[in-house]
Amino acid sequence: MLVVNGLRATVGEKEILQGLNLTVNPGEIHAIMGPNGSGKSTLAHVLSGRDGYTVTGGSATFAGQDLLALEPEQRAHLGLFLAFQYPVELPGVNNTYFLKAALNSIRKARGETELDAVSFLRLIKEKLKILHLDESLLKRAVNAGFSGGEKKRNEIFQMALLEPKLAILDETDSGLDIDALRVVADGVNALRSPERSMIVVTHYQRLLDYIQPDFVHVLAKGQIIRSGGKELALELETTGYGWIDAEGLAA
Amino acid sequence: MTSTTAVNDLVKSEYEHGFTTEIASDTFPPGLDETVVRAISQRKGEPEFMTAWRLKAYRHWLTMTEPNWAAVDYPKIDFQAISYFSAPKRPEDAPKSLDEIDPILLETYQKLGIPLEEQKVLAGIAVDAVFDSVSVATTFRKSLAEVGVIFCSISEAVHDYPDLIQKYLGSVVPYTDNFYAGLNAAVFSDGTFVYVPKGVRCPMELSTYFRINARNTGQFERTLIVAEAGAYVSYLEGCTAPQRDENQLHAAVVELIVLDDAEVKYSTVQNWYPGDAQGKGGIYNFVTKRGDCRGARAKISWTQVETGSAITWKYPSCLLRGEGSVGEFYSVAVTKGRQQADTGTKMIHIGKNTRSTIVSKGISAGEGQQTYRGLVRIGQRAEGARNHTQCDSLLIGDRCTANTVPYIEVRTPTANMEHEATTSKISDDQLFYCRSRGLTEEDAVSMIVNGFCKEVFNELPMEFAVEAQKLLSISLEGAVG
Repeated sequence: MLVVNGLRATVGEKEILQGLNLTVNPGEIHAIMGPNGSGKSTLAHVLSGRDGYTVTGGSATFAGQDLLALEPEQRAHLGLFLAFQYPVELPGVNNTYFLKAALNSIRKARGETELDAVSFLRLIKEKLKILHLDESLLKRAVNAGFSGGEKKRNEIFQMALLEPKLAILDETDSGLDIDALRVVADGVNALRSPERSMIVVTHYQRLLDYIQPDFVHVLAKGQIIRSGGKELALELETTGYGWIDAEGLAA
Repeated sequence: MTSTTAVNDLVKSEYEHGFTTEIASDTFPPGLDETVVRAISQRKGEPEFMTAWRLKAYRHWLTMTEPNWAAVDYPKIDFQAISYFSAPKRPEDAPKSLDEIDPILLETYQKLGIPLEEQKVLAGIAVDAVFDSVSVATTFRKSLAEVGVIFCSISEAVHDYPDLIQKYLGSVVPYTDNFYAGLNAAVFSDGTFVYVPKGVRCPMELSTYFRINARNTGQFERTLIVAEAGAYVSYLEGCTAPQRDENQLHAAVVELIVLDDAEVKYSTVQNWYPGDAQGKGGIYNFVTKRGDCRGARAKISWTQVETGSAITWKYPSCLLRGEGSVGEFYSVAVTKGRQQADTGTKMIHIGKNTRSTIVSKGISAGEGQQTYRGLVRIGQRAEGARNHTQCDSLLIGDRCTANTVPYIEVRTPTANMEHEATTSKISDDQLFYCRSRGLTEEDAVSMIVNGFCKEVFNELPMEFAVEAQKLLSISLEGAVG
C-alpha cells in the first residue's frame, strides 16, 4: 500500500530524513518511535504534503501513485489521513459543516455521489456512537476552544468519518492523560480493519499498551535503524533511546 | 424668464436630438447649475415644495467642500463633468441578448446560480413585459396595500403622499449634513419609499428587487423608510449579482424614522463593479445612511455585506433618541485587488438606557485597503447607556492593509462601554489542515472566511445569507497563492 524508498528531505539547509525505507501493507499497524528530533513528525508531514519541506531524494508510492507529486487534498482523496499532533482551530467553522464538505469533496474526487444532509447526519451519528462521543461535538466550531483531549478525539472522529486507507497518527498521545489516551486508543482500535493501515508515530511506549502494533520501527537521525515486533517497544521502554548514540548508526 | 426658457430647452432636449443619435438621448449634458436642478424637478413633474427644497440644497451645496478625512485615495472628481439626469433606457438601446454581455459577468451569474431570465434583467437586457417579477410585484403590492403598507418609488411618493414626504424627507439627513448628502438632495434621481402604519408588522421582506421600476434608479438614489409606533419592517437592498453602471460616482442617502416600539431591519448586499485589475473604472460609493430612533424602545438594525465598488465611504448610523432604544450594526466588508473602503458606523446615544451593538468584520486581500471607522457617543442625558463593539480584521496575503479607528466619547458616568478588536491572518496551518481533509485551497479559504463572518451572516434573512456566503467565496477566488 505504501512504499517509501530512500526518502531524503530537508528543512532549509538541514537534512532531516536521510534515506528512509518503509513498507506498509494493507491492515498493518506500524509504530514509529524515536527520540525528539529524529524526524518522526517530518516523515508524517512529508507524506501528507505539508509545505516547508524539500524532498531531495528517494520516492514514496501510495496506492500505486507517486505520492510526492500530489497536492495535500489529492493525497486525502486517495485515502491518506493525518491525525495532527496539534489540531488547528477554525473559529466560526461548524464541525458538521466542515466534515460534510471534507467527506463530499473526497467522494466527488472519487466519482461517488455526494451525501445529502440527511444521509450525512445519519452517518455522522453512527460514527459518534462507535467512538462513544457526545453529539455536542457536532455543534461546535472546528477545534475552537477545545481542550487538548477533545482536539485529539475530534481527530479520531474525523478519521472514522473519512474512512482512510492509511492513517498517520502524529504523536496523538502527546499531552493526553491516561483516560483521554484510552478513549483515543479505543477509537483507533474500533477502526482497525484488514483494509486499513496505520502509522502510529509516538515518543512513548505508553500508547502501544492500548494500540497493539504489528511492527515497531526506531527512527533516529532520519533513518529507520531498527525494526521489530511489538516486543521492541517494550525493550525501548526499559533501555530508552540512550543506546542509539552509543551504538551509532550501526544498522 | 431666461432661466425658465433654459429649463424648457433642457427638458425638451430629448426630442431635438432624440431617436437620431446613437447616444442615449434622454441624458442631460454634463454640468450642474440651478437650471439643471430645476430641469430635473420639472422632468419628474414634482410639486413646488420639492423644487424649492432641491434648490435650497443646491445653494447650500455650493458652500460645502468635499470631505477628505477618509483613508481613501482617488483622483479629484469634476462635478461639472457629470450628467445629472438620465431617463431610464429605452428597450431598443438595451443589449438584445446574453451574447452581447461580458462573458466574465455571465460566468459570475452562473456561479451564483441565477436563473437565465434573471440574468437577462441584471445584465440590462430588454425583456418581455410579461416577465415573472411583474406579476409577482403586482400581487406583492396588493397584499401590502391590504395592511396599509406603502412601498413605492420615491418619485411616486412625492406625488401621491406629499404630506409624508414633506414631514420626513431630509429630517434625518438634512441637506446641510455633508457634501454628498447636499448633492444628493439637489439632484436625487429616484429611490424607494416605505411607510408602515401604526402597529403593522409588514407581512414580507421588502426588496428593491421586487419593485418593477427600481432599475436604473441612477447614481443619486434616495431611500426613506418610516415605521410608525409598533410597526415592523425588514428591507433588503441590493443584489449579490455584480452590477455594472456607467456612472462612476454614486452618492445615495438613506433615512430611517422609527417611532415607539417600532423596528426597522435594513440589510444590504453591495456588489458593484470594483474596477479592473488596476482599479480603473470602478464605482465610487459615497453613501450617507442614518436611522433615527425617535420613539421609546425603537430599534434599528443595519446589516451589510460589502464586496464591490472601487471606493466605499459609508457609515450607517443610529440616533438613539428614544428611551431604551436599540441600534445594531453588523458588517462584512471585503477589499481585494485595488479596492479601498473606509466604512463603519456611528451610534449616538441620546436617550436613557439606550443600547448599541457593533460587529464589524473586515477582510482584506490582494492590495485591498480597509479602514473601520466607528463613533460611539454617549451624551450627558443617556444614563445607563451601553455599547458593545467588536471589530475584527482578517488579512489574506501580505500586501493588504486593515486599520481600525474607533472614536469613543462618553459624557455620562453610568454608561457602559466595551470595545474588542482583533486582527488575524489565514494561517498556513489552517489551510494545510483543511487540505489534508480533502478540501481545495479555495474551498478552505472560503470556509475560513465564512466562519469569520458568521456572526454577521446570522443577522441576514435566510436566502440573503446563503447568497452572501456564495458571493464571498466568489469574491475571494484566487485571493491566495
